[in-house]
Parts: sequence; structure tokens; C-alpha cells
Amino acid sequence: MEGYVTRRTTGPLRSLAVLWVCLLSSPGCDVGAVHENDAVSTGFEWPSSAQLDADFHVPRPPLSDETFPCSDCHDPEIPVNRQRRELQMAHTEIQLRHAEWGRWCLDCHDAGDRDQLRLASGERVPFEESYRLCGQCHGDKLRDWRIGVHGRRTGSWSGEKSYLLCVHCHDSHDPAFKPIEPMPGPRPPRRTP
Amino acid sequence: MNEANGVSRREFLCAVAGCTAAAAGSCVDVTHTPFFRERLRELTPDELGAIVARLADSYRERYGRDFEIGTEPAQDGVEFAYALDLSRCVGCRRCVHACVEENNQSRDPEVQWIRVLQMDKHKGIDFAHATPYYDPETVPEPGHFYVPVACQQCRNPPCVKSCPTGATWQEEDGITVIDYEWCIGCRCCISACPYGARRFNWADPAVPDEELNTRTHVLGNRPRPRGVVEKCTFCIHRVRQGLYPACVEACPTGSRKFGNLLDPTSEIRYVLEHKRVFVLKAELNTLPRFYYFYGT
Ligand code: SF4
Repeated sequence: MEGYVTRRTTGPLRSLAVLWVCLLSSPGCDVGAVHENDAVSTGFEWPSSAQLDADFHVPRPPLSDETFPCSDCHDPEIPVNRQRRELQMAHTEIQLRHAEWGRWCLDCHDAGDRDQLRLASGERVPFEESYRLCGQCHGDKLRDWRIGVHGRRTGSWSGEKSYLLCVHCHDSHDPAFKPIEPMPGPRPPRRTP
Repeated sequence: MNEANGVSRREFLCAVAGCTAAAAGSCVDVTHTPFFRERLRELTPDELGAIVARLADSYRERYGRDFEIGTEPAQDGVEFAYALDLSRCVGCRRCVHACVEENNQSRDPEVQWIRVLQMDKHKGIDFAHATPYYDPETVPEPGHFYVPVACQQCRNPPCVKSCPTGATWQEEDGITVIDYEWCIGCRCCISACPYGARRFNWADPAVPDEELNTRTHVLGNRPRPRGVVEKCTFCIHRVRQGLYPACVEACPTGSRKFGNLLDPTSEIRYVLEHKRVFVLKAELNTLPRFYYFYGT
């Protein structure tokens, strides 16, 4: 699989963002938390969040050349209509089924730079790091994903692995996993008459 | 075996084959033939190399393809384990078919090492009422959950104990393997396994030539003869080279987790330490290395 490395930005801005998001959305969010399940103590220290910020190998986000970069259509010169509304002119195929009662486009897409996403803190993140956006609410999933337990891994159990972004499996606008067609089952044993 | 009397199996076979001490070379050849060789685990690397070379020749003759037959031993400090997330598995059987292709399982008669059992949510884990034959338009079906079962790689494997010829054993890294030339097809192991994980080749296994996987391991997915037992080896040819098993990479829901139990940073250790985990038929004390867990 073609993969490339995304590097998570660090720095005061990000730490502040994390802190703020954690305050906002606890207890679901524990982006920075080390696992506190002491029931099974192995004497082993789980890597800190900073250590976990190591490089993740992810394939390109599933953005089509037709729609990306978004700024091809969203000309920065055109004033932004920040009014929450049902879209009539474009993107009418998008049915938001993802906490739609409380959110709309500009909660996740950055109004100033359409080619990026936007955290609750206002920090911009590129589409390659969209997991940071998802992790604002789904902190437990982000934690498991980083460790390699949520989502599919390919590559080496002992070495380099490829991660998938959340959006490779979940449609960000309608994220519930859809039923799929099963592959054929085993042939039942033949019975002799 | 006969060492106690000062006569090894090899010397004995030499004598039977009419070898003299002067013809020791041909003697070695006899013990390298499929019928007369020692078990694979008892061979020196040189002997193993010679046997694998012969095997490759016979496969080339039979299938017209060059097979790569690995002999990688277990690595130090590695004990494999597997965990499957029951809260995510949707019963799509992608793993089953990836496994069939990766491990050269017979298409007809059909041999499948993984069996996905559909169970009723309100009954819980209940083998008596489970079925592998479900066939709806889409999965998961409401009210059901899915339990894929393959070899559980027990630490205390009843199959190994039941084998009269010592043709199956547990390797250092925890994988229970089968020596296909030593298997006499008595199927004691099949009846001993509480998980129904072992399969028997009632007829010559049939794999279309173009679908053969030529990357193999001598203890794993190399083509099997008729009349022997086979089963999941955690994709021994892949995992001993550091790769994930094929089913891990095929599962679209990411339900399948694999790694080294002895590595505290592995995802498998994380699962065991942080999730609700159980094993199948724990009361039998087979101590599986295959765990089931709830990821949510
Ligand atoms: S491929 Fe994954 S989701 Fe599908 S049956 Fe196998 S384990 Fe379950």
C-alpha cells in the first residue's frame, strides 16, 4: 500500500488545544492520558502521549482529485456565509448523520482555509491528520487506534505498520459502519441417502 | 527412539536398506526420503535443507512452479498470540477466503481453516445453536453476532497429546504445527480438538495452478498430500518473517489483532491488559493463545 508519514505537530498551541478539548469533552476524551487501568499491573509504563506522537504510516486520505483541493471552488476572495443552513447549491449529496443536531460544515471544515480541517480550539489540521479531529470526541477510539487496536493494521507485527485513517473505513458525514455482503459460506456436508 | 539400545532410527534404516558403513552417502539419501526421514523438528539444518530441496523439486514436477519453502525457526523472545474483537466482527468471511488463498487450502473438496459461527445475541456464546451456514444479503444480521474459530494454538494442546506418531507438536513460539509426512491420517487429533479446528484431506487437495501461493513454509502452507490433517498455523510463513497473518490484513473491520505476547508494547498485550478478554471453553484447561475481546 502506498503510504506516507504524517507527523503530528507539537508545541504550546497544540497542548493548549488538547487541554481545552479534554476539559470540554471529558470523560470521553483522554488524548493525553496514560492508561489508568491498574487492575493488571505489569510494572510496564505505557508510552506517554508524546512518545505516541511517533510517525503513523497512513495512506492518502480518500479525497478525489475532482473535489480536492477544495480551494479550487471555494475562492478565498468570496466572503464566507457562516449562517448554519441546508446547502442548496453544492454538496447536496452529503447527508449529515453524525450528531447533525448540533453541528454543521464549519465546525470541522476551516472557513478561512478550505483545504484544511479545524479543531474545536481553532487550530487548523490537514486532512492527513483528520484523526486528531475525530479524536476530539472519540478519545477512547483515538487511544486504541494509536496503539493499533482500533482499525486495521497491515505490514509487520514486529516493525513498520500501515495505519488507515478513520475516514478510510468511516464516512465522516455518516460514520456508522454499513452492512456488507458476506462471502460464500462453507458447503454443508453432503448426506448420503 | 532406539538410541537407548545404541541403534538410531537412521542406523536401523540403513541396515534395512542394506547400506554398509562404506556407503554412508546413500544411507543419508534414504533417510531423506519422505517415508524414512526423521520428524522435521529432529533434523539438523543441513538435513532440513536437503529435504526442502527435494520437496521443491517434487512440487516443480507436479505443479510446474517454483516454490519458496521457508524453514525459519521460532525466534527467541517471541510467543505469538491472537485476539479477535467480537464487538467489531460482522461475519463477512473475508478472513476465511483470504486464509484459503494464502494457505493453499483445497477448493474442492472444500477445506477451510477458519469457520465463522453465527450466534444469537440473546443466547450468548452457545456452540450448540451456532451455525456457519448463514447466507443473508448483508451482514451483520440484526440480533446476531459472529465468532470466527480457527486453531486456538493452545498452550496445553489435546491434539498433540493424542497424536500416536508425534507428527504434530508445539513450537517454541507457540505455534502448533504438523509434519505432513509423519501424519498417518488416523484423525485422533481431530477428535481430540475441542474447537473443531483441524481438517482432513479426504481426497487429493485441489488448488487451481494459477492460485497456488508459492511462498510457503515447510511446517505450514506448502501443498499437502491426500490423507493428512492440516490447520491454521498463524500463517507461519508470514509471521516468522515479521508479517501479520493474512486474515489480520484481510479483515475489513480491523477485528483481528496479532502480535508478540512477550513484547509489552505490542497491541496484543494492550488488548490483554485493557480490554474484556475471554477464551473459548476455558473450563477445558487448554489455555488458548487465541483470545476474544470486546473492543468497545
Ligand atoms: S473478516 Fe473480520 S469482520 Fe469479516 S468475518 Fe472475518 S473477522 Fe469477522
